[in-house]
Amino acid sequence: MSRIETDTVFVRRDFLEPEAPPPSLGGFPGWARKNLFSSPLNIVISLLMLFVLVWTLPSLIRWLFIDAVWTGTDREACLPKNGEPVGACWAFVNAKLAQFTFGSYPADQRWRPSLVMILFFVGLAWVAIPKLPRRREGVWLMLTAFPVLTFWLLYGGLGLPVVETSNWGGLLVTLVVAITGIVASLPLGILLALGRRSKLPFIKIVSVVFIEVWRGVPLITVLFMASVMLPLFLPTGVNFDKLLRALIGVALFTGAYMAETIRGGLQAIPKGQYEGAASLGLSYWQSMRLIILPQALKIVIPGIVNSFISLFKDTSLVMIIGLYDLLGSIQRNFSDASWSTPSIAPTGLIFAAAVFWVFCFSMSRYSMYMERKLNTGHKR
Amino acid sequence: MTLRDKTADDSSRSWVRAVLYDATIRGWVFQGLVLIFLVLFSAWVIHNTAANLRAANIPFGFDFLNMRAGFDISQKPINYTLDSSHAQAFKVGLINTIILSALGIVFATIIGFVVGISRLSGNWLLARAATVYVETLRNVPLLLQLLFWYKAVLSVLPGPRQGYMLPFATNLSNRGLTMPRPIPGAGFDIVLWIVPVAVVLAWAVARWARRRQVATGQSFPVFRASLGLIIGLPLVVFLAIGAPLTFEYPELKGFNFVGGMVIHPELTAMLLGISLYTASFIAETVRAGILAVSTGQSEAAFSLGLRPSQTMRLIIVPQAMRVIIPPLTSQYLNLTKNSSLALAIGYPDLVAVFAGSTLNITGHAIEVIAITMAVYLALSLITAALMNWFNSRVALVER
Repeated sequence: MSRIETDTVFVRRDFLEPEAPPPSLGGFPGWARKNLFSSPLNIVISLLMLFVLVWTLPSLIRWLFIDAVWTGTDREACLPKNGEPVGACWAFVNAKLAQFTFGSYPADQRWRPSLVMILFFVGLAWVAIPKLPRRREGVWLMLTAFPVLTFWLLYGGLGLPVVETSNWGGLLVTLVVAITGIVASLPLGILLALGRRSKLPFIKIVSVVFIEVWRGVPLITVLFMASVMLPLFLPTGVNFDKLLRALIGVALFTGAYMAETIRGGLQAIPKGQYEGAASLGLSYWQSMRLIILPQALKIVIPGIVNSFISLFKDTSLVMIIGLYDLLGSIQRNFSDASWSTPSIAPTGLIFAAAVFWVFCFSMSRYSMYMERKLNTGHKR
Repeated sequence: MTLRDKTADDSSRSWVRAVLYDATIRGWVFQGLVLIFLVLFSAWVIHNTAANLRAANIPFGFDFLNMRAGFDISQKPINYTLDSSHAQAFKVGLINTIILSALGIVFATIIGFVVGISRLSGNWLLARAATVYVETLRNVPLLLQLLFWYKAVLSVLPGPRQGYMLPFATNLSNRGLTMPRPIPGAGFDIVLWIVPVAVVLAWAVARWARRRQVATGQSFPVFRASLGLIIGLPLVVFLAIGAPLTFEYPELKGFNFVGGMVIHPELTAMLLGISLYTASFIAETVRAGILAVSTGQSEAAFSLGLRPSQTMRLIIVPQAMRVIIPPLTSQYLNLTKNSSLALAIGYPDLVAVFAGSTLNITGHAIEVIAITMAVYLALSLITAALMNWFNSRVALVER
């Protein structure tokens, strides 16, 4: 009986595997057809792009890696060989790496900036990675204890030999200017943003004028002002450090931009929050400190990171007033007679570009990540 | 008695309380304090400055503007010699800044729109290339890019004798881009006068075409017709009166070119750097603007029977422009301000000429920096005002 059933009735017990798509639609040919050759215009564009890639990429790779000089002690290594010009002169970067990182910081004291950099990146990771514990305490430590410690380690005193700021340089100066600028500009930006939204007319006018003037002029004129005019503004005889003057200029300039970023956050807070705080009997400063600013600052974290990215790039301008940041110390070494070859300028600049790129790109990814993360709380 | 005393005391105390805790009064007192602080601070700064200037023996004033400048400027759009005044040097610098910013804005806009639209292209290679372009250029400092173009690309070009010969007797070498200089002959100004006439005609044609389309539904290729009018009409007139235009060709004499027209490598590097850098930001603005127009809009346009090009021109772009224009304005402002980096590679812009050479020669730091800042502030405010006006033209008119 059962035998007959199995003979006559067919019951499929498993699913059929899906058929492979026709060869013209599946796999790479299908993908290429859809994404590269879907219309006559696209065919032309793709072929053009392929042509450009084939034309440039191999010679670029040859110059960067294959023909490049990796080891050497002076310009002899990077001179043209048998009449053929060589590629990138990485030996130059290799020989000057300490100078690009620390400037002319004394070699036996370089552990100090190194320690500061390590501490900074550890602290930054603690503050920036959302899953880590006690981030609030981390933020306070980074804003209070860390700057004091950094100043002591970098400048010296109290048992450490003093290293004048004119000896600082390279990536160290880039980081010092960018980080001091952003940290100093935060409180200034908060005050200016509150001032601009204040109901008190005089306060509002002062804030608006301050913000618009700093935002309307190029950073380079601000730096000029800081380096040339600031000494004139102070009592005769008082003269302070060139780096500090640049830092003041950068902080004022960034403060104006920061104010606009924070104002965006303040405007995004619903009116009910202000009214709720007022109905609880909180004073203006209490409601700002406890209700409004914690929410507003959280919203503008991506904006602050973006300001930091532009500030980080703008630090390269301090070169123009005679400070040697990463770009400045690389540029300065172009005139070093013991390395002077045609290929060191492109090599040095590409190296600087790569360093800046790594910093800025990872920060912009972090800002996008925070934006996605913070967005969920505010979607209705 | 005691009771009455207490109430009197209370009421006087509550009156004090009312004054102390009154928000308006507090506000004015606070503002007064800030005002006093600012006045005192400015007075302190002015006092110090006056003392310092006296010590340095530099009189405050703008007389130095009429003094002989005595330095040369490599790019002189207007008449300038060593004997010209600092005021004339200021004008040269300002014009150079405006030339650079205006050209930079044009190139950055074109490149930015092309790259921004390419990032949304269905063509994988094109979209990826545009992404790589944007992510590379906007994460590297502009100053570095300027130095790269100037030091790593343009100055390693061969000298004039071995320079690259391009079409139309143009030569690219480390002395810049040398081109023939056009010399207009007799009657050439007629051709120039024809151009506005052609523009007016094109406008009339567009008006007529719109009216006819509203009345009859027939469309007319307005864009091609106006292009033909604006380019074709002057060209026909030019040829009809016997092509009165000659060229002065650059000639190699010794180690450099004589005659012709030259775009200096400094300007070329500035234009390359500033346009490509700003374009990467404009591209992101454009992409965001186009993404902000919902897909329903283009689907509706297709279902009305519009072609893709028409959909782009009539439906997507007008709506995207509303989102694009405010950030585009700030990019233009950034470009204008960034043009001051010209100092680093020696293009004689306002900062290099005035805040550089003039400041170094005369030592009038306060006046020079104040004038320079005021100029940039004015340029920023004018650009912002123009773009706000344009924005209000295209802004969404709601009920």
